[in-house]
Amino acid sequence: MSRIGIRNVTKTFPVRDAGEPFTALSGVDLDVREGEFLTLVGPSGCGKSTLLDLVAGLTPPTAGEIVIDGAPVTGPGLDRGIVFQQYALFPWRTAQANVEFGLEAKAAPRKERARRAREHLALVGLTGFEDRYPHELSGGMRQRVAIARSLAFDPDVLLMDEPFAALDAQTRESLQEELLRVWQHTGKTVIFITHGIDEAVYLGERVAVMTSRPGRIKEVVEIAFDSREGDLRADPVFGEYRHHVWKLLRDEVAAAQVQEREVAISHG
Amino acid sequence: MADTRQETPPGDLHWYDLPDDEAHEDTAGPEAQDDTAGPETHDDTAGPETREDTAGPQTQRAARAVSWGRAARRAAVNSAAILLLLAAWEVLPRLGVLDRVFVPPLSESLVAGYDLLISGQLPEHLQASLARSLAGFGLAIVLAIPLGLLIGWYRPVADFLTPLLELFRNTSAVALLPVFTLILGIGETTKITFVLYACSWPILLNTISGVKTVEPLLIKSARSMGLGPVRLFQKVILPAAVPTIFTGVRLAGAYSILVLLFAEMVGAKAGLGYLILDTQSSFRIPDMYAGIITISVLGLLFNLLLVAVERRFSTWRTT
Ligand SMILES: Nc1ncnc2c1ncn2[C@@H]1O[C@H](COP(=O)(O)OP(=O)(O)OP(=O)(O)O)[C@@H](O)[C@H]1O
Ligand SMILES: [Mg+2]
Repeated sequence: MSRIGIRNVTKTFPVRDAGEPFTALSGVDLDVREGEFLTLVGPSGCGKSTLLDLVAGLTPPTAGEIVIDGAPVTGPGLDRGIVFQQYALFPWRTAQANVEFGLEAKAAPRKERARRAREHLALVGLTGFEDRYPHELSGGMRQRVAIARSLAFDPDVLLMDEPFAALDAQTRESLQEELLRVWQHTGKTVIFITHGIDEAVYLGERVAVMTSRPGRIKEVVEIAFDSREGDLRADPVFGEYRHHVWKLLRDEVAAAQVQEREVAISHG
Repeated sequence: MADTRQETPPGDLHWYDLPDDEAHEDTAGPEAQDDTAGPETHDDTAGPETREDTAGPQTQRAARAVSWGRAARRAAVNSAAILLLLAAWEVLPRLGVLDRVFVPPLSESLVAGYDLLISGQLPEHLQASLARSLAGFGLAIVLAIPLGLLIGWYRPVADFLTPLLELFRNTSAVALLPVFTLILGIGETTKITFVLYACSWPILLNTISGVKTVEPLLIKSARSMGLGPVRLFQKVILPAAVPTIFTGVRLAGAYSILVLLFAEMVGAKAGLGYLILDTQSSFRIPDMYAGIITISVLGLLFNLLLVAVERRFSTWRTT
């Protein structure tokens, strides 16, 4: 239930043995409404994960500012839950203990922690795997543990970085449903990064399309269906949105590829 | 952060690095033996706990019989070389291939060892050695782990101490023994300090590297859940570093016996090192071999114990 304002945000990284810093994001402007489900798409390397880190408060922006409910972000906090692109589970903790991690940080009582962790593992379909260590789980299962962990401590804002990338189509669909249900139920504000145009259009109330590096917001597409009942993907309107986002992305991906080739040549 | 390690080129081997390779082989052995549970567990994705429930008692017993058979065969293969050595040791002197005076048959050495045991000499020397080893080893653990954590975690401490550490870790403990003797005399303190010094390095360096090589993403993940520095250290850095620290502890355990022996040979009136040198110079050759065998067995047992402890603390490590 939080409003997120990203105001003219630029992020640069210092580069080893080079004078000029590397610009990952340049003048990003984006407002995420209270309780909104916003999906974020853009070519690989355009700075999506970087933007999420900034909203999480893990690194400060080089310029511009990020405000949540009017207050500038100064650091990380349990009001925001992140699902990292590479899961980031603690390998010495079981699935259950991983999900409990955020609850420990929140100083929840032991019994409550165990209960909530079990509930959320069940939510992502991992009942019976509580005592497994991450290395004993498949990639998709690890990703689901990471999702359960971010949901368990009940943050107002969910920041998800391609959380369903490693899942098969069926599991992905059921988790998409589950996520939508949780979202509708709790009114969390969600920023959801994905490479899938279908996924972006299906999940998002709005789809923000980013340009190639340095990333900016190219366009924010409002997705409005008459109703979310039935098979949304079969709706002709769905196809139109899908095509629109696809067109926006196509040019940027092409630009990103040219850029990468140039970088490769200048280094080679 | 990792500047100290970047300075040493990858091909640069230090003395403390060497036993690590052996150690990897050590761990590979027993781990491979775990696999002897047989092919029937391999397709069993549900894992060992559920296997107990689903498999009937008969299939279980059969599986266990198969695994025992395999384990026995593996044990036979593993010990073949040792048995061969022992047999050669027994037979070659008797055949006159080896000079019986310098290499008496194994059985004579074992009898000598038994006599030493009964007479109470061997236990006495063993106790003296163990006490020194364990004291030095224990002190090294108590001192080197906290110091390593401090150096690994606090950049200023690392910057301050790294040059000193670089200097000392390249100074052999053996080279410093005369200095220890000079300052501390020839008593127990010198020997314990000597062991402490030698054992500290593997523990210290492994602890530092354990802390420094914690996956940055895990730190990021913990920070994202609002953990401050203290809790981050307690809940992420420390558990992540434990397996690496234990590798250092295991290496130190091996050193504690190796270097003590040297100290005991240079100046002592008790201990296994003294026993070996003393029996050699008074020409009690079977007794000398009895001392050497004792050392080998002691080292082996100590290492096995430490490997077991190490495994206990790093079950989650996939490699
Ligand atoms: N810590 C860092 N130091 C230097 N450069 C960085 C750092 N983090 C990211 N970058 C660079 O910033 C750019 C954006 O990275 P980012 O991970 O945000 O991309 P992304 O949009 O998430 O890509 P993908 O879709 O492939 O995950 C990349 O070119 C990357 O090399
Ligand atoms: Mg990314």
